[in-house]
Amino acid sequence: MTLARHVGLAIVGCVVLLVLSSKLDAYRQYQMAQVAATVVAVAGLTVLIGISGQLSIGHGAFMFVGGYATALLVIHLNWPLPVVIVASAVVAGLAGGIMGVAAARLRGPYLAGATLMLAVALPAVAYQWQGVFGGDQGLDFTVTTPGFLGASFQLTEWQAWVCCVALVIVFVLLANLLRSRVGRSWRALRDNETAAALAGLNVARLRVLAFVVSAACAGVAGSLLAMTMLNVTPGAFTLALSIQLLTAVVLGGLGSLVGAVWGGIILVLVPPFLTDFAASHGFSSASASVPIAGYGLVLILVMLLFPAGIQGGVRRLLGPVAPAAAGPVGAIGRRLARRLEESPGAETRQERSG
Amino acid sequence: MARYRKLGLAPVTALAALSLVLAACGGGTPSSSGKLQASAPGITASTITIGSHQPLTGIAAPGYDEIAPASNAYFQYVNAHGGVYGRKIIYKYLNDQYNSSITTTVVRQLILQDHVFAIFNGLGTPTHLAVAPFINAEKVPDLFVASGCACWNAPSTWPETFGWQINYIREGKILGSYVAAHFKGKKIAYFYQDDEFGQDGIKGLGYEIPASQVVAKEPYNVAAANPAAEVGTLTAALKASKAQVVIAFAVPAFMALLRLSELSLGYSPQLVSSDVGSDPITLSGLLDAYAKKTGSFGTSLIQGIITDSYLPSLGSGDSWIKLFTTIHNQYIPKLPMDGNVLYGMAAAYTFVQAMLKAGRNPTRQDLVNAVNSGLPQGVSVAPYAYSATDHDGITGAYIAEIEKGVLVQLGPVQVTDNTPTGAVTIDSTPQPPAPSSGIP
Repeated sequence: MTLARHVGLAIVGCVVLLVLSSKLDAYRQYQMAQVAATVVAVAGLTVLIGISGQLSIGHGAFMFVGGYATALLVIHLNWPLPVVIVASAVVAGLAGGIMGVAAARLRGPYLAGATLMLAVALPAVAYQWQGVFGGDQGLDFTVTTPGFLGASFQLTEWQAWVCCVALVIVFVLLANLLRSRVGRSWRALRDNETAAALAGLNVARLRVLAFVVSAACAGVAGSLLAMTMLNVTPGAFTLALSIQLLTAVVLGGLGSLVGAVWGGIILVLVPPFLTDFAASHGFSSASASVPIAGYGLVLILVMLLFPAGIQGGVRRLLGPVAPAAAGPVGAIGRRLARRLEESPGAETRQERSG
Repeated sequence: MARYRKLGLAPVTALAALSLVLAACGGGTPSSSGKLQASAPGITASTITIGSHQPLTGIAAPGYDEIAPASNAYFQYVNAHGGVYGRKIIYKYLNDQYNSSITTTVVRQLILQDHVFAIFNGLGTPTHLAVAPFINAEKVPDLFVASGCACWNAPSTWPETFGWQINYIREGKILGSYVAAHFKGKKIAYFYQDDEFGQDGIKGLGYEIPASQVVAKEPYNVAAANPAAEVGTLTAALKASKAQVVIAFAVPAFMALLRLSELSLGYSPQLVSSDVGSDPITLSGLLDAYAKKTGSFGTSLIQGIITDSYLPSLGSGDSWIKLFTTIHNQYIPKLPMDGNVLYGMAAAYTFVQAMLKAGRNPTRQDLVNAVNSGLPQGVSVAPYAYSATDHDGITGAYIAEIEKGVLVQLGPVQVTDNTPTGAVTIDSTPQPPAPSSGIP
């Protein structure tokens, strides 16, 4: 029945997003696509960190893999978009599997270091084989709107549709996975690895699987971003991106899929908003550090006000009301609340890595 | 203030006269007379909104972050003196941190949300390459890219895009022909950025310098994790090659590192630098900062560097320098009056030239047509190449030497083309002086 509920919610979500996208102007549609793509990456990372208890500060590298896979497949093979997205996920998932095998032996700061290395080293591949990957300049490609939508249909709206539908599909798959045997095993692993192993769980395999799932999500995100921007460059997948994804996971609420939505929205929409805000309030655009400082301020405020992330804050604010709310919305609220309570606090985490 | 007010009348009268003349003889363009209208996206009866992507923070920011404020200062000067046919220019430049993924987003914001009339002076080769296809697909004029990549000259694929500064192939040829003539038989080495910038540059050098004289080619990666260590290794290789002349196509930060590495290795070849890396004020400032020295340390280290320039020298008493210094002192006194400020104002001047030529109520196509039909030489020492089939900008430069922190012109202005065999020739037409109004 969980599956039916998730699918039902997904259909409602799709309709809402598609109607919303048709009401927006071209730039907002572009931003919507960007948000959707980013949320997919953040969701994948929040599963890895918040549910399976492994850290990655190199997830931008898997987006790099997905993005370049998409560009190469579109340019050389001209496959249809859904196939390209799935293929990009598979390629990134394979990369994640390789990383996961290495990661299964590592814990805490060592795991962080290994994933960090990946984020630093992988974009260099684009410079090493410039003939294939286009070097600094990257690869340009085009996607077109399908014929049945008519000639006047905006490309940006089509891109928003693709990203939003992909996002909803990824969320349904992840939500089901988290409620399945695998999800429960991951949580067991996260909370006490020794106990999980004694209970008969294959710790190494579960850890690798978490990396594969998470990297595949990042691959989808990289693919969607590439389709939105219509190019891939090594500059788009810097270490800064990996750190930003991590920031979004923590800001949104560790281990919560809804939190990933908040994190993605903040990551994409707050910096341009602050730039416009600074410009319209008398800061000249020359004082470029104002928006950056403002972004820092937003991060600090969120962490001070909502130590458990925005979703944690929302839960706290709605807390007394939620049990009274009937129907699926209330149920989701309660379920999320439970999930957040299950997620490990900062102290437990330190103890384990120390 | 009184002085400016007095000055203010002249350009207004001149502009009024100019618009009358244009109205009288502009029979070919239908929109050259009549009421000011909202003739295109980004144009209202009283304003022209244009946009740009600029590195205001990040790796490319030192020095380059002055360019857009300098352009804006010139636009403010024009606005204060009657504007363009009475319209004020609003210049919205967004920070892309020299990261092409951010460029992709901010340029979409400018075009899809802010509906700018044109993109002006977008800075950087890799950054602008990421958005040129989009800008052209949206049919937005893409004027005067702040990069010397020869790639902007592609009228058939990118009809909206125009270069401005001398491209790196031409620059390489002019520097190369000077080195070939003045350092006959000497061992020569190249130090260059491993992308279109450096590769175009050494392509031009190779057209002029005999391959037998070249003993080493050392490319650096601008995204190197540890630039100082990378440049140190490359400098050691240059020293081992026993090159007597080192020609650099490098950005200022890497030029400064090269110079410091030479110093620590006790290696002192004749240094020749492309215009990009040789602004004396930026370079000496970086040297002081990296070596944590003050006083004349940086200035003494750049003494004698041979370079080229396509704009009048800051140290000269040229009428253009006087004009831009006046505007600098009024609008952006906190910035140093250096090569970057000169660059920003010169590009802005060229943009106003093009806007005036596009007519009273221009469409986007009118602006592109205006540049396609050629622009008169103004702020640059050599003419523009602009035509319907050529979207290159400035065609020539002069050789100069850094003396006591300023550029001293060594030879005449030389012009050339992009081909391997095209000669480097002297351009004896004198550069026109700056208009007394300060407006084209």
